[in-house]
Amino acid sequence: MGEIVEIFLSASFWAAVIRIASPLIFATMGELICERAGVLNLGIEGIMVVGAFAGWMTVYSGGGLWTGVMVAMLAGMLFGLLHGTLTVPFGLSQHVVGLGITLLATASAYFAYRLALPRVTTPPRIEAFQPFPIPILSDIPLIGPALFAQTPLTYLAFVLVGVVSFVLFRTPLGLALRAAGENPAAVAAQGLSVTALRMGAVMVGSGLMAVGGAFLTMSAFNSFFFEMVNGRGWICIALVVFGAWMPGKALLGAVLFGVFDALQIRLQQTSIGADIPYQIFLMMPFVLSILALVIMSRRAAIPAALMVPFNKGER
Amino acid sequence: MRPEMGAQGPVLRLDGITKRFGALVANDAISVTLWPGEVIALLGENGAGKTTLMNILFGHYTADEGSVEVFGAPLPQGNPRAALAAGVGMVHQHFTLADNLTVLENVILGTQPLWGARLDMAGARAKLARLAEDFGLAVDPDARLGTLSVGERQRVEILKALYRDARILILDEPTAVLTPQQAEALFAALRKMVAQGLSIIFISHKLHEVMAIASRVVVLRHGKLVGEVAVADTNPGALAEMMVGARITPPELRAAAPGATLLELRTVSTPDRGTARGLRKVDLALREGTITGLAGVSGNGQGALADLIAGLEHLSGGEMLVHGAEPVTWSVAHALNAGIGRIPEDRHKTGTIADFSLTENAILERYRRPPFARRGWMDWGAARGFTDTVIRSYDVRCPGPETRIRLLSGGNMQKLILGRAMEGAPKIILANQPVRGLDIGAITFVQTQLLAARDQGAAVLLISEDLDEILTLSDIIHVISEGRLSPPFARGTMSAADLGRWMAGEGFERGQDAA
Repeated sequence: MGEIVEIFLSASFWAAVIRIASPLIFATMGELICERAGVLNLGIEGIMVVGAFAGWMTVYSGGGLWTGVMVAMLAGMLFGLLHGTLTVPFGLSQHVVGLGITLLATASAYFAYRLALPRVTTPPRIEAFQPFPIPILSDIPLIGPALFAQTPLTYLAFVLVGVVSFVLFRTPLGLALRAAGENPAAVAAQGLSVTALRMGAVMVGSGLMAVGGAFLTMSAFNSFFFEMVNGRGWICIALVVFGAWMPGKALLGAVLFGVFDALQIRLQQTSIGADIPYQIFLMMPFVLSILALVIMSRRAAIPAALMVPFNKGER
Repeated sequence: MRPEMGAQGPVLRLDGITKRFGALVANDAISVTLWPGEVIALLGENGAGKTTLMNILFGHYTADEGSVEVFGAPLPQGNPRAALAAGVGMVHQHFTLADNLTVLENVILGTQPLWGARLDMAGARAKLARLAEDFGLAVDPDARLGTLSVGERQRVEILKALYRDARILILDEPTAVLTPQQAEALFAALRKMVAQGLSIIFISHKLHEVMAIASRVVVLRHGKLVGEVAVADTNPGALAEMMVGARITPPELRAAAPGATLLELRTVSTPDRGTARGLRKVDLALREGTITGLAGVSGNGQGALADLIAGLEHLSGGEMLVHGAEPVTWSVAHALNAGIGRIPEDRHKTGTIADFSLTENAILERYRRPPFARRGWMDWGAARGFTDTVIRSYDVRCPGPETRIRLLSGGNMQKLILGRAMEGAPKIILANQPVRGLDIGAITFVQTQLLAARDQGAAVLLISEDLDEILTLSDIIHVISEGRLSPPFARGTMSAADLGRWMAGEGFERGQDAA
C-alpha cells in the first residue's frame, strides 16, 4: 500500500501522466471536432501513424522541429480530405471509409519509411523537442515538474483544449459546426453549406490527429518504429464519448488514461508486480478506461446527426 | 437594405414554376401572386406539390422552368441565403432546429459572419426578447431546445424567421402538431404579423383552418394549380371537392352495438422511455362493437399505450385483462394469439420492411404458422395466394405481389397493412394514426374498413391527432395528456374545443400526477 502512495506523491509520476496524455489530447480534440460536425473519423489510428512518420521524417531529413509539426499536420489534413470527400459529398459509410483510411494511412507510412530507410534495423533517433521549464512555475513542488517542465508540444496541447472549446461555444463558426452535427437541415435552411462545414471539420480534425501522432516521434520516443501508435487512436474515440463531446471533459479523460497507464508501468516494479504477470498491468489502463466509459457515458449527449450523411435537395 | 415596397405591387410572384423528379411532375407551370398584408392558403393533399413549390421559393430545390420575383426583383434559384436576404422566411414542417443548442443559439445560427471572432449574444438576446414581446411568442432564450414541447419549438422556428426580418412567412402544415387552442394562439400571432404588413403563405390540408386564417385559397392537385378563390366566396365542401377532384362521400355510420369488454386496463402505469412518456394510472376498457378514440397531442403516452397492447411494453403498475383474464406473460406473440390486429403508427419503420416484397410483408405476422409454413418449410404458393386475396379485397394498387413494398404509395402500403391485420379476423384492432399522410380516397377506404370491423363485433382502439377523425369515428372518446387518460366521453358529448382543453391538460385530477 505504501508503495502506491509513494507513486502518487512522486513528481516523475505526474510528469509521465501528462506526457502520456499529450498525444491523446491532440488526437481527441481532432476526433471531437469531426464528431461535433457529424462525421465519425475512424481514420484516426492511421492518420496518427502518418503524422508520427511525417513529423519524424521531416526532422530526420534536416527540417526544423516546428516545420515537422506543420508537415505532419498537412499530411493529416490530406488524409482528412480523402476521408471527407468520401463521407461528406459522397455520403459513403463512415465506418468503412474510416477503417479503410486507417489501413491505407498506416500502410503508406510504413511503405514510405521502408523506401526512405531500406537497410535500417535500429530506428534512428532525432534531436526532438526538449523540456522547456517555465520559470517560477516549474519550481512549485510536485505540480511544477509535472505541469511546467514539459516540452512545448505539451503546452500546446493544453492551450488547444481552450481554443477548441472557445471556437465551439463562443464563435459563429462553432455554432454552425455543432448544428451541422445535430441537425444539418437547420444549417442548410440558413443558407450555410453543410458540406463545407463538415469537410473543414474533418480536415482540421485530421490535422490535429496527425500532430498527436507527431508528438510520439518528436516529443516522446524520438524515433519512428512500426506499431508505435499502438491503439492510441481507438482510445481517443472512446475518450470523445467519455468526455460527452465536451473538450474539457475529454481532456480530463485523457489525463485519467495517463494516470492508469503511468501507474501500471510503476506497479510492475513494486512488490505487487513480482507476483502478477506483467500482461495484467498492460491491460489495466484499457480495462479501467472501459469501466470509466461505462460510468461516464450513460447520459452522454451524442450529436444527433453523427454518421448521418446529408444530401441537399433529397426528398 | 430591403428594396422599397411599392404601395400596390405584389410582394411575391411565382411564374410558371415547373419541377420534375424523374417522371413525376411535382409542379406543373404553377403561378401564384402574393400581395402585402395578405394570407393565402396553399391547399392540397399529400403529394399535390405544395411543399415542393415552397422549397423552390426558399431555394432548397431549383425549378426546371419558371421564375420567382420578390418585391419586384428576380430571386436567384437554389440559394436559401438569397431567399433569406430577400425577406423570405420558412417555418418548416420538420423543424430545422438543433436539439443540443439553446433557443437563442438556434435563432442566431447563420445570422452572424461565420468567421466572426465571437458570437454577439447580448444584442441577439435583446432583439429576440423584443420580437417575442411584439408577437406574443414567449419562449425562454436559454432553454435547451431538446427540452421544449412541440408548440414551443414551433414558436422558435417562427421567431427564427422573424429574427431575420422576414417580410414573407411560409408556414408548412404548422398546425399538424398543435392542439386546437395552440392553433388559435398561433393564428393570433399570425394576425399580428399581418397587421404589421407581413405577408403569409399558409400550407395546409385542413379545410376549417384555411377558412379561419386565409383570405385567398390556392388549390393544388397532382402538381397542377386547379383553383384560386377568395375565402369569402367558397365553403369547406367546395374546397374539398376542388382538392380531391371528385365528390366526397363520408363513410356511412351505423349505431354501435357494444358488447363484452375484450381488453381492460386498471390503473395501469408504464415506465418512461427516454423522452417518450409512459402511462400514469390509466383506466381503459375496449368493448366489442365499439370504436374507442384516443385524442391527444403526439408524445403524450399514445406510444406507450399502443406498445403495451401490442406486447412491446410491460406494466410497471396496475393490471391488464385480456378477454377477461390477466395474461401470465405478455409479448408480441401473445398479443397476436389474443387476436390483436395492429396498424402501426409508422408504416415505413415498423409496419413494413421496405425491400421485402408485398408477399413477404403480408405474411410477416404469421409466417411461422400454417398455411405459410409447414414442418419448417415455407409454402410460398399459399403466401402468394393470401397476398393476392389482400390485394384484391383491399384494392392495393401495385404491379404484383412480388413488387418491393417501398415502391408503393403510402395509401397502398397502408391498405396492405390493413388487409394483413383484418384477414386475421382480429377481435381487437389497434389502429395507430391509420390515415396519417393518406389522400382522401384512401382515408375513406381505411375508415370504412374500421367501421365495418366494428360492426362485425371488433373492439377498435383508434389513436389519432386529427380531432375531426376522432369525433367522426369514435363511439367513446378518451383524451391522453402527459400519460394520463381522461374519463370516457360518449359520442356527441364533446366538441373539438372541449377535447382541446383536455389535451392541454385541463380537467385531470391532481392526484393522477403522482405515479
